[in-house]
Amino acid sequence: MRVLLTSSEAISRAVKLVRPEVISAYPITPQTHIVEEIAKFVASGELDATFIRVESEISALAVVIGAVAQGVRSFTATSSHGLLYMHELLHWSAGGRLPIVMAVANRAVGAPWNIWCDQQDTLSQRDTGWMQVYASSAQEAFDFTILAYKVAESVFLPCMVCIDGFVLSHTAEPILLSSRDDVNTFLPPFDFPLRLSNQDPFTLWPILEPALYHRQRKDLFRDASRALEAWKRAFKEWGDISGRCYRPIEAYRLEDARCAIVCMGAVSSTARVAVDRLRGRGEKVGLITVKLFRPFPKEDLLEIASFVEHLVVLDRGVSYGAEGVLTQEVKGALSGAVPVFGVVVSMGGREVFPELIEEAYFVGRRRPEGMGWI
Amino acid sequence: MDLKAFSYEGLSSGHLACAGCGAVLAMRLALKAIGSNARVVIPASCWSIIAGRHPDASLKVPMMHSTFEVAPSIASGMRAALNRLGLKDTVVMVWAGDGATYDIGFASLSAAAERNEDIIYVCYDNEAYMNTGIQRSSSTPPGAWTTTTPEGKLEEKKNIILAMYAHRIPYIATATVAYPEDFIAKFQKAKRIKGFRFILVLSPCPTGWRFEEKRTVEVARLAVETGVFPLLEIENGAWRITKEPMWLPVDRYLKVQSRFAKASTESFERSVKENWRFLERFL
Ligand SMILES: Cc1ncc(C[n+]2csc(CCOP(=O)(O)OP(=O)(O)O)c2C)c(N)n1
Ligand SMILES: [Mg+2]
Repeated sequence: MRVLLTSSEAISRAVKLVRPEVISAYPITPQTHIVEEIAKFVASGELDATFIRVESEISALAVVIGAVAQGVRSFTATSSHGLLYMHELLHWSAGGRLPIVMAVANRAVGAPWNIWCDQQDTLSQRDTGWMQVYASSAQEAFDFTILAYKVAESVFLPCMVCIDGFVLSHTAEPILLSSRDDVNTFLPPFDFPLRLSNQDPFTLWPILEPALYHRQRKDLFRDASRALEAWKRAFKEWGDISGRCYRPIEAYRLEDARCAIVCMGAVSSTARVAVDRLRGRGEKVGLITVKLFRPFPKEDLLEIASFVEHLVVLDRGVSYGAEGVLTQEVKGALSGAVPVFGVVVSMGGREVFPELIEEAYFVGRRRPEGMGWI
Repeated sequence: MDLKAFSYEGLSSGHLACAGCGAVLAMRLALKAIGSNARVVIPASCWSIIAGRHPDASLKVPMMHSTFEVAPSIASGMRAALNRLGLKDTVVMVWAGDGATYDIGFASLSAAAERNEDIIYVCYDNEAYMNTGIQRSSSTPPGAWTTTTPEGKLEEKKNIILAMYAHRIPYIATATVAYPEDFIAKFQKAKRIKGFRFILVLSPCPTGWRFEEKRTVEVARLAVETGVFPLLEIENGAWRITKEPMWLPVDRYLKVQSRFAKASTESFERSVKENWRFLERFL
């Protein structure tokens, strides 16, 4: 049976099924609904957890770091300035190999203040070692939260589940929930081998001499890349259990496409409409949606994109002085195999209608390489 | 008190402290009172180094390094996790410098105290950012030389005890390595109490305070005997001086440390007196 839920509610429901025992968060729009809902579950006893109401986002993540290092599954959520305020601990927790899951409602960053959606907040945290998965719907927000725990706890890396602020966080859609049994079958109890214990006392994260540190980073890098396989296995396994199948990169109407639009997040739904309309006008165009951004599924992208002649990437986060972040990633993966044009379509919640995507397509199609803002 | 009865050694040799480090003596005493059923959380500080380089960890209790500003929050998460695992008797102790306590971590300290987290928070106070090479903190006493106050600090030392008192936590104490019985008794008492406990440990630092390594205990004793560092405890709001000062001339304390070379004895004396007048309102 389908229920009508916002992506925030969908994540809260997923968290309830995953049953973290320690939760800590700090309010920030548009994330707040997630933890408000979870606070209700905790208060009513539907979720047996300790909820620690801290004074800042960096403390929220710190609480979760302390709990996970002690071997207890945890959860936190944030957005925008809250995420930026956590920055130091994003590095710390990934370097410390803690399998933390955090929901992020994507929101622009100031100055000037802007509460609306773009992906600058999470994309600017790209190099912290956190995995990042981007939902395009409430159903994905729900499923990806459960999947994030599965993968994080198998590869010992933290993961952000990203949902577009307001567009997803505050918009209700009909979704299918899963049973507790299904989640229990999929997700084994949390067993953290590095948890502190009296039996075998050790120092967590002692100072390493440079050569050892270098090796530790090499391991981290290797495991972050290998995590792609873990995601694929988890997608498959969850698909078998839930009937909902995902891939790191999803294709739409790519069969005979000469050009593909590439995007990430909720824009994907709007882009489908744009692709249908363009197809109606005889344009041979398809859509590629990136679901998994870290680890970045390079080969998967190369495999499906190498059949097209041209890619137009829709960016919602930029590297100032360079180009759109998603564009950079796509170019990096294709390494010149296919010409890529990046279009920054919306920062700070500028409305993205199908017409805008059509415009981006025509702007990009005319030029083989480069970038532009519309 | 028979100190020999406290035979537990939670600190092994081979730690990386400077000779004469007050903070390392303090840890040894603290762990004697706390025992091995504990977790120690240490934010960026000299102690991040003292704890040792892999594979030579100097602490025998499970310990976790923290970033500079959030050790109380990490400890809160750890406490919650231990409780969920049924390990309510395991002590969680934050071991932080004055920089983490008075300055960069003040917000997270205040918040953990306000939530009355079941944690022992220890500030080993060496009155400056020592690990980065002796820079002033808000705990640095007036007139003291540091590398960022080459002419001596102009401001007073922040009164962290009063700040913590305002949080109405069940236990607050000060201690120093020159009085091990008093030190251990306070840690033992803290261990028996539930809720947020705050202990300020004056930790003389030969490197930063500029005195001979062998005089650490003497300097700590002088701090108490001159009235510069009051030994006290506040149990459920009730204040008590645990060691009356002898009111030796403040000069005795200042003269043994080159950091006070440019400090004025009169104004230092005045601030010590003022501090006591302030204290006496609560006694
Ligand atoms: C956010 C951040 N800023 C600065 C530093 C550099 N740093 C490391 S230890 C330290 C000083 C710590 O001073 P204190 O807390 O008094 O401890 P002590 O070194 O004196 O033992 C500083 C500034 C850091 N690690 N993190
Ligand atoms: Mg210090």
